[in-house]
Amino acid sequence: MNIETIVKKLDLKVRSASDRLKNNITGGYTGDLLSDVMANSHEGDIWITRQVHQNIVAIAVLKEHAGIILVNSCEPAQDTLEKAVKENVPIMVSNLPAFELTGKIHNLLAEKK
Amino acid sequence: MKVAVHTTENNLHTHSFDIEGGNFSNAGSVSTRIKSILKQIGLPDDVVRKSAIVCYEAEINVVSYAKKGKIILTVTPKTIEIEVVDEGPGIPNIELAMKQGYSTANQHIREMGFGAGMGLHNIKTYSDTFNISSEVDKGTFLKMIINAQ
Repeated sequence: MNIETIVKKLDLKVRSASDRLKNNITGGYTGDLLSDVMANSHEGDIWITRQVHQNIVAIAVLKEHAGIILVNSCEPAQDTLEKAVKENVPIMVSNLPAFELTGKIHNLLAEKK
Repeated sequence: MKVAVHTTENNLHTHSFDIEGGNFSNAGSVSTRIKSILKQIGLPDDVVRKSAIVCYEAEINVVSYAKKGKIILTVTPKTIEIEVVDEGPGIPNIELAMKQGYSTANQHIREMGFGAGMGLHNIKTYSDTFNISSEVDKGTFLKMIINAQ
């Protein structure tokens, strides 16, 4: 499943790297503690978080995440957005809270398997 | 970013990277660079993954607490050695600092999702050999070895 599919199904707003929506999603991780995400997420994950500062982009680059989804309609900070554009990391915004969004994406991924 | 590269007979590569304390806008860039070097060498994914986690946590510690620091990466045929030396406040009680959940991070650091007291613990967990020494008001020295296979 690629990012474009979840953008359409879950009505996500794309804020950066709209040319990378074909990125394949192989799993997901939800978390706001960066050390936890660093240690436990995987390459190809879609990362669901409430953090909006620029260090999320560094984590996503380093862990080779498929993209980042911000929850509760939170927008990325300006420097986060600039960094995401530069590093070509897709950032999306959802109006759902983390629990609901995670559940929906988990189900979509399970359907595709 | 200043990068020095040396190649000798026993070491495939030695690289040294400078880290600026307090500069969160660049935090993670050294680790990303190190990860791509290790990938280019063709090391197994798991080895690259562990090295990246170790580097990132050490880099964030330097950015969070020290004035400046350096990561020295040495790749030998059997090991990846990561040395981190900083000029900073040092750690008065290493045993306490190693405890998962213990942190001296300020509010600003915590708000960004750092300072959960997982850094040193993660570094130890993902290293095959871990050494730490520190002197208060001078700095901290870490040496991690990750086996290449």
